[in-house]
Amino acid sequence: MKALMTTWLGALLLMFGALAHAQSDLTIEITRGSDRATPIAIVPFAADGEELPEDVAQIISDDLQRSGYFEPLPRDAMYDQPSTGDEVRFGQWNALDVRYLVVGQVSRGGDGYRIRYELMDVSGESRMIGENVTAGGDELRGGAHYISDQIFEAITGIRGAFSTRIAYVTAQGTDDDMQFALYVADADGHNSQQVLSSREPILSPAWSPDGRRLAYVSFETERPAIYVQDVNTGQRARLASFDGINGAPAWSPDGRRLAMTLSKDGQPDIYVMDVGSRNLERITNNSSIDTEPAWSPDGDSLIFTSDRSGGPQIYRYSFGSGESERLTFTGNYNARGRISPDGESLFLIHRSNEGYQVARQDMDSGRLVVLSDSRLDESPSVAPNGTMVIFATQQGNNGVLGAVSADGRASYRLPSAQGDVREPAWSPFLN
Amino acid sequence: MQFKSHARILAIALSLALVAGCSSTGGSRDGSMDGTDANGGAGSGAAGSGQVSGSGVSGDRSGQQADGRIPEVRTIYFDFDRDSIRSEFESVLVAHARYLRSNGNARVVLQGHTDERGTREYNMALGERRANAVKRFLEVQGVSPSQLEVVSYGEERLAERGGSDDAHAKNRRVVFAY
Repeated sequence: MKALMTTWLGALLLMFGALAHAQSDLTIEITRGSDRATPIAIVPFAADGEELPEDVAQIISDDLQRSGYFEPLPRDAMYDQPSTGDEVRFGQWNALDVRYLVVGQVSRGGDGYRIRYELMDVSGESRMIGENVTAGGDELRGGAHYISDQIFEAITGIRGAFSTRIAYVTAQGTDDDMQFALYVADADGHNSQQVLSSREPILSPAWSPDGRRLAYVSFETERPAIYVQDVNTGQRARLASFDGINGAPAWSPDGRRLAMTLSKDGQPDIYVMDVGSRNLERITNNSSIDTEPAWSPDGDSLIFTSDRSGGPQIYRYSFGSGESERLTFTGNYNARGRISPDGESLFLIHRSNEGYQVARQDMDSGRLVVLSDSRLDESPSVAPNGTMVIFATQQGNNGVLGAVSADGRASYRLPSAQGDVREPAWSPFLN
Repeated sequence: MQFKSHARILAIALSLALVAGCSSTGGSRDGSMDGTDANGGAGSGAAGSGQVSGSGVSGDRSGQQADGRIPEVRTIYFDFDRDSIRSEFESVLVAHARYLRSNGNARVVLQGHTDERGTREYNMALGERRANAVKRFLEVQGVSPSQLEVVSYGEERLAERGGSDDAHAKNRRVVFAY
C-alpha cells in the first residue's frame, strides 16, 4: 500500500507539473448538513513538534463533513487528543456520542512525509484500520484525501471519492470583452491549475474515463469546435469543427468514442465519433433539437435532451434497438441528464415553480425529486461513487459551484474569489 | 447545398406569413416559458431596444443606398420563448438585406444569443434557431446563402449580467458581425 501510494502521488505531481501556474482555487462553504450524519472525531495529528504546511486532520474532517455522511466533533469539544490507538480512552469518546475516532501522527521521512493513522470503532472499542502512508514533499493534502477515502469506505462500504478532481470554467466580463479559463482542481477546490485560457467561450468539459484527457468546446477560432487535451502533457487535438454547432462532448465508458452534438446537417442532432479513426455515426435525425448526450454506465445506450415533444425532455437511445424513448414526464423542462454510476438514478436540470434546479429521477419508478434549493442551476455532474452531484448555480450575481448529496440531505458551495465559476465536471476515480 | 432546398421551403412559408415571421420548428425557449415572466421581460426589452433601432433604421434609409455603408443597427432582439422576427426589426433586416444584395462580396456572421436561464448546450441550440430565423429572412429577401454564416453563442456571451427581466431581454438577440 505504501508503494502504491507513493507511485500515485508521483503520478499526480507529474500530471500537474506540466500545467500553467495560474491558480483559481475555490473555497468550501457548507450550506446544509445531513440530519443523518454519523458523529465522528478526527483528533489533530501529532507532528513531533514540527510546523506542518497542512493540517492533515482538518483536511480529513472537511472531506468527511462535506460528504454529508459524517458530522465531525469540533476540536474544542475534545477532552483529550490521543495520537495512537493505544492512548484512546473509549469511555470518554462514548460519553461524547462519537461513533468513530481517527487518530494519527505525521513525521518527516525521506523526501516527504510519513503519516500514520488509525480508525477506531468507539462502541466496539476496537481498531478498524491502521496504516502508514507516505506522501511527497508537497503532497500532504493528497495523503489526507487518501486517508479520507479509506475511512469513508471502511465505515460506509462505499468507495471514497475525495482523491478525485474537478474541471471547471471561469468567466469574467460581458459580450465581446470576456476572459474564459478552463481549470482542474482537487475535489475540495484546492490545487487549481489552468488548462486553457481564451477570450472566447469555453464550455462542456468532460473527463475521459481514464482521467487523463479532457474533451471540451472552445470558441477560440470564433467558431465552436471540440478539442481533446491531455491534462498531463498539454498536448491536444481538434476533433470536430464542422459548420454550425460542435458541442456537448461525452466520452463512452470505454474511452474510445465521443458522443457530441453537431448541426452540420441542419438541426442539432446527436452523433458518435470514433476518437481513433474520427469516423462519425449519426444517432438522431429529426427537425427538433437533440443535444446534451450522456452514456449509460454499460455503454449500451445514450440519454439526451430533445424538444421533439415541445419543451426539452430527456430521452434514451438504445444502440441495440436503434430506438429512442422518452424518460422524463414531470414538468415541461427537463434537460442535461446524467446517469449515476449504478445506473439507478438520472440527475438533471428540472424547471420547477422555484426555477431551474438539480433533480434526481429514479430510473425504475420515474419519480422525480428536486435536490437543490437554488434557482438558476446548470450542468450537474455526478461523483464517480454516486454520492454527490456538483453543479453550477448563482449566488448573488456570481456564478458559483454547488454540490448536493444524492439524497439531497447535505449541500455545500465552492465560490471563487473572482468572476464566475461554471461548467463543473467531476473526474473519474484516479487511483 | 443544403441551405438552398431549406430556403426554398421556407420561402413559401415566409411569403404566406412574412409579418408573423417564420417559426418552422416551433418557438425557441430560453429559460422559463410561463407568460407572466415573459411579458415583463419582453415589454421592457422592447422599449429599450426600440429606441435604438428607430434612430438607426431611419439613418440607414437615407444614407445606405447612396454610399453602401453597413447599416448601423446590428443587433435585433427577440421575445421570450420565440425565434420569430419582431415586426419592429423587419426594417433592420430589410436594410441589411439591401446592403448584402448590393455588396455581393460582403459576408456577415449572424451571432445567435439567449438569456442565461436553462442549460448551456440546449441554449446553444436555441441561439442557433434564432440566427437561422434571421438567415432565412435574409435569403427570402434575395441575399445569397454564401454571404451568410450562423454562429450560436447560446448564453456564453451575455450582453448584460444580472437576473432582471430587462437583462434577459437584452440578452435574447442576434448580432450582425460583418
